[in-house]
Amino acid sequence: MSATILAVDDSASMRQMVSFTLRHAGYSVVEAADGVEALAYARSNAVNLVLTDVNMPQMDGITLVRELRQLEAYKFVPMLVLTTEAGQDKKMQGKQAGATGWLVKPFDPKKLLATIAKVL
Amino acid sequence: MAIDPEMAEIVKVFFEESNEGLEVMESRLLNLDANADRETINTIFRAAHSIKGGAGTFGFMEISQFTHAVETLLDEMRNGTRAVTSDAVQVLLQAVDVMREMMGLAQADRPILCASADALTARLAEILSNEGAAPEAPGAAAPASRPAATPAALTPAALTPAALTPAALTPAALTPAADAPKAGESHWRISFKPHVSLFKTCNDPVRLFDQLQALGKLEVTAHIERLPPLGAFDPTECYLDWMLDLRGAAQKEQLTEVFDWVDANSSIQYELVAPAGGAPAGGAASIAAAAAPEPSTCAEPSTQTRPHAARERTSVPASVREAPAPAGAPARAASAQAAHKLGAESGSIRVATEKVDALINLVGELVITQSMLGRFSDEFDLQDLESLRRGLSQLARNTRELQESVLKIRMLPISFSFNRFPRLVHELSRKLGKKVELQLNGESTELDKIVLEKIGDPLVHLVRNSLDHGLETPEARLAAGKSETGTLELNASHEGGSIIIEVKDDGAGLNKTRILAKARERGLIAQDATLTDEQIYNLIFLPGFSTAEAVSDVSGRGVGMDVVRRNITDLGGHVQISSTPGQGSTIRIRLPLTLAILEGQMLRVGKETYVISLVSIIETVQPKREHIYSVAGQTELFKHRHEYLPIIRLHRMFDIEPDSLDVEKGLLVVAESDGRHVAILVDELLAQQQVVIKSLDTNFRQVPGLAGATIHGDGTVALILDVPSLIVKFLECAEHGVGLAA
Amino acid sequence: MSATLERPAANRRSEQYVSFTLGGEHYGADVTRVQEIKGFDSVTRVPYAPPFMLGVVNLRGAIVPVIDLRMRFGLKQVPYDSTTVIVVVRVAGHRGERIAGLVVDAVNEVHHIPAERIRPPPQLPGVGERTHVEGIADIDGRLVMLLDIETLVASSIAA
Repeated sequence: MSATILAVDDSASMRQMVSFTLRHAGYSVVEAADGVEALAYARSNAVNLVLTDVNMPQMDGITLVRELRQLEAYKFVPMLVLTTEAGQDKKMQGKQAGATGWLVKPFDPKKLLATIAKVL
Repeated sequence: MAIDPEMAEIVKVFFEESNEGLEVMESRLLNLDANADRETINTIFRAAHSIKGGAGTFGFMEISQFTHAVETLLDEMRNGTRAVTSDAVQVLLQAVDVMREMMGLAQADRPILCASADALTARLAEILSNEGAAPEAPGAAAPASRPAATPAALTPAALTPAALTPAALTPAALTPAADAPKAGESHWRISFKPHVSLFKTCNDPVRLFDQLQALGKLEVTAHIERLPPLGAFDPTECYLDWMLDLRGAAQKEQLTEVFDWVDANSSIQYELVAPAGGAPAGGAASIAAAAAPEPSTCAEPSTQTRPHAARERTSVPASVREAPAPAGAPARAASAQAAHKLGAESGSIRVATEKVDALINLVGELVITQSMLGRFSDEFDLQDLESLRRGLSQLARNTRELQESVLKIRMLPISFSFNRFPRLVHELSRKLGKKVELQLNGESTELDKIVLEKIGDPLVHLVRNSLDHGLETPEARLAAGKSETGTLELNASHEGGSIIIEVKDDGAGLNKTRILAKARERGLIAQDATLTDEQIYNLIFLPGFSTAEAVSDVSGRGVGMDVVRRNITDLGGHVQISSTPGQGSTIRIRLPLTLAILEGQMLRVGKETYVISLVSIIETVQPKREHIYSVAGQTELFKHRHEYLPIIRLHRMFDIEPDSLDVEKGLLVVAESDGRHVAILVDELLAQQQVVIKSLDTNFRQVPGLAGATIHGDGTVALILDVPSLIVKFLECAEHGVGLAA
Repeated sequence: MSATLERPAANRRSEQYVSFTLGGEHYGADVTRVQEIKGFDSVTRVPYAPPFMLGVVNLRGAIVPVIDLRMRFGLKQVPYDSTTVIVVVRVAGHRGERIAGLVVDAVNEVHHIPAERIRPPPQLPGVGERTHVEGIADIDGRLVMLLDIETLVASSIAA
């Protein structure tokens, strides 16, 4: 049984890139274009890991993590936020909201897979 | 090395997205002023941020690095540490141009070397380091650090199958390589006291220990002092502390890396008990105890840290750059307009799903009609005749609807072309010191993709012309009793089978006297010729014409207008200009909605049928002897409304036997091309209908006088006349005194 | 592993030829170039073309030029009747492939003519150049002139 990862990013190319990388490594991927979509999906579906960008319209990644943590099924699902180099404060905010950790953008695929391997 | 097709598609999406993002940035920036609301700035920021992130991920480092400064500037604006000044906005607009240019280079798979980028980077750095920062903002002095450049080896380009094998992704391989490990072992003692809420972020100490195990021999001692009594025990909280002894060639950075995610709310201390090469501080290393290191809690097998075995490996490429977009990328000098692609020139079209759905439905209906008609081929008796008729008319309707629907797929709204104008007008009016308000009407009017692409440049030229020569300076306008701000309108609408585009300004209008004088001076018209106002205004479309005293670099010398007209007529369209002195000018362009289909007039000469585009026909007349003149025994002229039109005897040009050689017995089709009027002699006019244009060039070659061919309902081929080349051929023949086909 | 280079497909002879008759003479065309045989239908005349360029026809939506080979080879004209056929050939064109039609009297069978049986065309004036014969072969006692369809069509259209 392969793990399912929920990838959230408002940029289609980034989503597809992440999806491509993860799928080739054997994971199943569910894509969401923003926090609202992701949350709606999460309400009725479980995943093994959540990967979310921070800067998104409507609901940013940190709010998404906070909201997801409210869901019973997502209390103990690892969640990673994607921040940029300079986003130190985002890392802390993410943590406070309940994120497991972060990945710094731009990241290379190997790093992505390695990091995910660490938490799954 | 072949690019993984899926990867290439993803990069294409990135380019599309980024180009859209740049459009968003530009249009929002144009409206940005000191009172801008935070959400607008945020939107611009996010667009830049996405582009930067994507560029970095896909390996376009130059774009990523350039955009970083832009993003920083926008970030400061959005969090209030920097005021929104019009200078800053100008710089940002220029940055958008540069980004577009760089995207264009990237898309064309060329090196992203851009001189304007370097200049602008310097300017941005200047601004960021001291200008404009709100006084309270401290530390604005330090320019934002450069983003970490992803080393080439780690870009998606390096994503090879080997990189994804389980072996490559073992814990040992995953932990970052330290600098060349020092000889010998070091002994680190780490005291790890996490906050109770550690588990709430799904950080599992066991996994941390696994990672440490990859760095050396690990001995774990747990302290349970904080465990509360069973009644108060919450399994979701962490009450344990650990003492970790790690013996190996580990560096401090590797250790802190392991604890990176948890150190914010944990208390962690690192003690180098015995540096590498040194004897352990306290007695012999208890190798026995450390021999089989086991975490104190029941660990999941370490295979958990390996990702699930990859299945199908696609052979992923060395380079993620996609093959260059065909046809579109121009070799013109980088200018914002040049890089302002529709994205459509890449050879693909974005189609609204409704259009595709409509198409699918129509095909469905067609299939039904066809099967209904198919019944009749099996058995037919006269009673079925009525059903057959109905079936056939339904078939005709289905086919017509299907055809319209398919053509609609190639149609795009003219907003794609109009979109460049707010920026253009903004820049140009600034440069010329004029105040202009741009009004766009009918932006949703749709037209064929190719027509859309080709009308762009002519429109730009016409707009530039209006701004440069048509609209007056604010002072001149006031002096003339007009408002300071001039108006420039771009209007698009449908009319019959055409699209009408107007470029209208309320400027000074055209100067008849000057135009006439120039035309006479250049020998373009006879000294004593009398022309209507309209004819005078349309003189400006003649090659080599320009009344501007000083050649302004904005609209260039008089090479523009004739090229504009030629571009329009090449598309099968018309252009006309009208003007009222002191009040303004209007340029009216008529274009066919689609290039594949022609609204045609069928006509007959002898036994042959031809088609002529309805758009080229002014009118058809039955000539009277008294209106026909002969010149030098060769050329025949037809007097039509104050004009003398040459008569083109199609039968002579194409070597056909006509019904009669007598002009009076035939019909004269008055046609227009490039401002010239001619009268084409034919025997009879037949029906008007839409015809599908087929090229003669595919299997045969271009033929002078013909634009292509079409297929009649009966399967025979009819040739489509091309008025411009017909006139050219006619003049050639006339010159050589030859009236016959070669 | 063979060391010989594969000849490009365009040059490779299939050694199969469609033979047809024209004014009592026999000609052959490489079968790989022949797309189909079609009856002689109404041809639409095109201006500014040499007399042997009869015009264009509609072939399932494609506009195809039709060349009268009798006229092209300078043979006696005959009226077209129900046995007249058009050999539709496919050759390399300036924009990819092009299709053209050749009017002949009748089409016969496909013959297998191995390269050894093909002799170079006779050096008579007018033959070879004008008629684009690239070789001759003896089939069942008859002389068959093998045509270089590519250059024949290209030169006819350019004329």
